[in-house]
Amino acid sequence: MTGAAKPPALLHRREVVARLVRDRTDLVVISGLGSPSYDLAAAGDRDRNFYLWGAMGGALALGLGVALARPDIPVLVLTGDGEALMGMGSFATIALKRPGNLSVCILDNAMYGETGGQPSHTAGPADLAAIARGCGIADARRLRSAEEVAAFAARVHRTADAPAVAVADVDGEDLPRVLPSRDAAHLTMRLRAALGLPSL
Amino acid sequence: MSGPSAAPPAWPGEVFAILKGFAVRQVAYVPDAGHAELIRRVHADPQMQPVPLTTEEEGVALLCGAWLGGDRGVLLMQSSGVGNCINMLALAQLCRVPLLALVTMRGEWGEFNPWQVPMGTATPDALRLMGMRVLRAERAAEIVETVQAGAALAFDGAAPTAVLFAQRALGAKDFRK
Repeated sequence: MTGAAKPPALLHRREVVARLVRDRTDLVVISGLGSPSYDLAAAGDRDRNFYLWGAMGGALALGLGVALARPDIPVLVLTGDGEALMGMGSFATIALKRPGNLSVCILDNAMYGETGGQPSHTAGPADLAAIARGCGIADARRLRSAEEVAAFAARVHRTADAPAVAVADVDGEDLPRVLPSRDAAHLTMRLRAALGLPSL
Repeated sequence: MSGPSAAPPAWPGEVFAILKGFAVRQVAYVPDAGHAELIRRVHADPQMQPVPLTTEEEGVALLCGAWLGGDRGVLLMQSSGVGNCINMLALAQLCRVPLLALVTMRGEWGEFNPWQVPMGTATPDALRLMGMRVLRAERAAEIVETVQAGAALAFDGAAPTAVLFAQRALGAKDFRK
């Protein structure tokens, strides 16, 4: 082959999410607003799914709160590059608290898909895996192949001694929306009930 | 204001005891001098989970997650931090999080720094606009009973609540010393 190496094909976001949650038992999944919430709903609605429709920049911190409250349960935050960029400080807070039951998967399509596909900072020089690593999360990787997704899926379901972050390079395809519940009170009570907690 | 020979105030220990009494576990904070003793006690208690934040809005999301997982929490911040929380406070309202925020006020009683005044002035209205109940302790002697009432309102009354510690109660910061 001559010339520049062909860049690897991008991953499909719904295949990534479906693979990460495929073998779930007790896993709690928090999804950031926009496409990650649709992707999680498309993979199957569950009582242990908590979909955000707002609170942009809060997904990582919210996942940290769950993970600290229930260190016996694996917690996965699924979010997008735009949402993660808005709450980047939470990488530092997660690294400081070091919950081994927390994994974060950023579905990085390098754009704001919900608002017309405007390029995000990750279309430019920003690298969210490097940012996470710089904040002190040693296990911060990129996912570029089905094998790498499968390896991260195995990590998601077990508790390690430190949190893990994966940035999946996904394509920017505009997929049919799969809309989960927008009723935050319902989703809150549903998740709390699944964890054996009273509604109030 | 206390001089070097004055005894440290008793209220941080009593506020800490109230938080323990309400089974608060996650304590999210951006440091403030007024909360320094309370923060020190939280770090010294192995049953508490102190969470230093990079910005106060992180604390609102964190404590929503804590509630989802069964932990009660409290957010400690200065009035300037309230401005950072505004959009995130939707979580407390929509998810019915029994959020308790303890806010040390700046920008009011004898404030030296003009940069503290705009947000300090807007703090109670900003909180109310986002659905928080607001209680205020004007003098140091009122802090303990106001925190007790605020914690009951949040955790028993299921109403997201902020307790403001007036700058008069804490003593204005003096940069000329």
